[in-house]
This record gives sequence, structure tokens and C-alpha cells, in this order.
Amino acid sequence: MKAPPFAYRKATTLAEVFELLDTHGDGARLLAGGQSLLAALNLRLSSPQILIDITGIPGLTGIKVANGTVTIGALTTHAEIERSPEIAHMLPLLAQAAPHIAHVAIRNVGTIGGSIALADPAAEWPACCLALGAEFVIAGKTGNRMVHARDFFQALYTTALGPAEVLTAIEIPVPAAGSRSAFVELTRRRGDYAIVGVAATARMDGDVLNGVQLAFLGTDQTPVLAKSAMAEIEGKNLSPVLIAAASKALASDLDPGGDAYSTAATKMHLARVIAGRALAALAA
Amino acid sequence: MSAHMDRSIETTLSVNGTPTTRRIEPRQHLIDFLREDLGLTGSHTGCEHGVCGACTVRVDGKIVRGCLTLAVQMAGKRVDTIEGLSDSGEIAELQRAFHERNALQCGFCTPGMLMAAQDLILRHPHATRDEIRDHISGNYCRCTGYQAIVDAIETVLKAKAVATDKRR
Repeated sequence: MKAPPFAYRKATTLAEVFELLDTHGDGARLLAGGQSLLAALNLRLSSPQILIDITGIPGLTGIKVANGTVTIGALTTHAEIERSPEIAHMLPLLAQAAPHIAHVAIRNVGTIGGSIALADPAAEWPACCLALGAEFVIAGKTGNRMVHARDFFQALYTTALGPAEVLTAIEIPVPAAGSRSAFVELTRRRGDYAIVGVAATARMDGDVLNGVQLAFLGTDQTPVLAKSAMAEIEGKNLSPVLIAAASKALASDLDPGGDAYSTAATKMHLARVIAGRALAALAA
Repeated sequence: MSAHMDRSIETTLSVNGTPTTRRIEPRQHLIDFLREDLGLTGSHTGCEHGVCGACTVRVDGKIVRGCLTLAVQMAGKRVDTIEGLSDSGEIAELQRAFHERNALQCGFCTPGMLMAAQDLILRHPHATRDEIRDHISGNYCRCTGYQAIVDAIETVLKAKAVATDKRR
């Protein structure tokens, strides 16, 4: 199908964006990479009066490392993250997750900021941000505020972003030396949204896993930190018995809904399978 | 002038190297613009929500979904379509390999498939069969079962590798 009619403005400053958001309120949508938004418009799931293209605003792209923090501009594309030597070196979880995002032609255009602001529960970046303890830089008319990933994803497609705010950057602390990561995702076809997925990080101190983070995607209405399973593993030697205990604990962490392809029970089973794979990869 | 026309935006872009200026309605995606306004019907309008890859074109050297790109966003950018790649001879070997390997039947997916395949050849000349499959996973073919397409792309990659070795 074709998108319904809308007006289009390419903003060159954030001030211009805030002015347009003030004028148009709910009728305005921000356009970054557009790889989800334009699909939704073509399917007529959304009919904004105006698209505010933010891709011409300087300073919102690129990856910078300073003071133990990696700052990723909101307009940085999935492909730029996938190919970045800094990311591969400092945040390998992101490099592991990137190839799971759709396909090359979409990764060339879609942005990390767009993915996080949309907050699709089956998307990769939100779960990675949760596992890595990311903070989001949110610009408003009166200045910037920071929101932790834990507090950002609130409900289905609902975030802490206000109607007149723009996500401008993602700040991720560089993990301590000895940190490891794994990203495991199951899909029906290459590049599809996840049936279930998990972003996992931990430090390996001798034979013991510390600081374990397991963030699931595709199970609930938001990405979920599996706190009970994490507590089971924390500070212990990974063994098949421990993985089984962590898998069992997932019952109190996850509440997957069934969909057209997988029942809730199937999703829970698959979440346990990938938890085991991710933990084994961390300890490998 | 109607309200409809008032909403169009004058946009200048390069299409296959030719500077092009048109008034474009914001809602028109790049593929409809190329097909309907410029008559470049090689790129196909398929699913129109980014799944099938029939609309794959190159923008500033990178492959994109033409249906998930607004034509007005292309101001100042260079768009290359299958017509451009074909006329310049850039993909002559690929086209020959697709023909020889029977890598198409109805042909609907072929322009997008060739754009994706050429992207792989440029960026990853030593790709394995698995990597070829991964790279074209965003391009659906409903006729061939992909085997012949992978064969054709592999043929070109191997021929190029041999040619490179001989030059050394």
C-alpha cells in the first residue's frame, strides 16, 4: 500500500524540531532512518500530519569514546555500529547483535536512536542497552536529561520520552576488563524480528561468573532483565546444574505472550534454550 | 494550484549520474518516484514494507530499500538503479552468470537480487556460500529456491578471485 499524505520538513537544528513539535503536537512524527516508520505508514498503521526529518541535524551521528564511556549518536546506523572497530573492541555485544537486525539494506539506513525510541519489544538494541546499563541522552526545549535504560522502556512501544523530546545519544559504560558478552536470537527466517533473544554480559573471574546481566527480547512488552536467573548464577561456577537452575528461575522473570507462530509455552521453552546457550558462550 | 500540489517539494538528486529536479509529494517513496515519474521501471514495487527486497537500489553507494525511503529525502544524494548498473557494464558478469545458471525464472526479484549481489561482490569479495545466503536473505525469490542464485553469485566471486590472483 501507499502512505497517506503528510507534510515533510527537514530540520537543521534541534530548536527547529522543538518548534515544529510544539506546533503540530501529536500530528508530528520524527523521521530518522525511517525503516520502521515508513513501513508503518505504507501499511497505514499510522497517519501523521507531518514528518520532521532529523537526519540533517549536525552532531547526532558517530561513535566517540571518552572517560570510560562510549557515546553513540542517535542517528548512527546499525551498519556503522556493525562495522565499527571501537564497538568491536569495547562493546562486542553490540557487534554480536547487529547482524541480527533485519538485512543489509535496512541496516544501512536504520538508526540506533530510532530503534530505541520506537521500543519494539522484539528489537535488539533495547535489550543490549539494558544488559550494558546504557543511559539515554534526551533533549528537550529546556535542556538535556539522562534516563537509564532500566527506566526508559515502560510498556509496549511506550518509553520515558516526552512528546516534545528527542533522543540524541546513547551512553554506554565501557565494561570492565575481563568482561564477556553473548547475543543469541531465534527467528523463523534470517532477519525477522526475534521469536526470543537474549543479550548477556558477565565478567569471568577465574571460573566464576560475576556481574551477570541477561536481558531478554521478544518475550514481554518491553525488554526484560531476568533478575532471578541472574541471581542464581551470580558469583558461581557455571555448570549444567547451575544452568538448569537459572533456566527454572526464568519462570519468575519472563511472562511471554503467545503469538500467531509460537505459544507462550513455546516461547518460555525457547527462552530457556537460549539462556543456556548464552551462559555457555559466556563461560567458554 | 490544489492543496495536493502545494504539498510537493522541489527536489534535486542524481539518478544514475544524471542531475534530476522534480516536484515530489512527500508521501511518494523512492521506487514509485523512479518508476512513475522517471520511467525507470527496472526496480520493482513489491511488498512496500521492507520485506521482499524487490525495490533495492543504491543511495550514495549503499543498498537501501526503495520502498522505505521517501523520494524527497534524496535531495543532494546519488541514486543508482539497475538501469544504471546495467548500462555502465558494472554488473555484466553477474548478469551473464544469472543467465547461464538459470538464476531467475519470472524475473521479478532479479533487479533487487542483482543490486544486493553486486553489493556483496564490492564489499566482501571472498564471501562463502553461507555469507552469500546471509547477504541476500533480505531478497525474496519465489521461483528458484535460491540455489541457482547462490551458484551464480559464487561463480562471479570465484572468477574475480582467479582474475585477481593472475594479476599478482
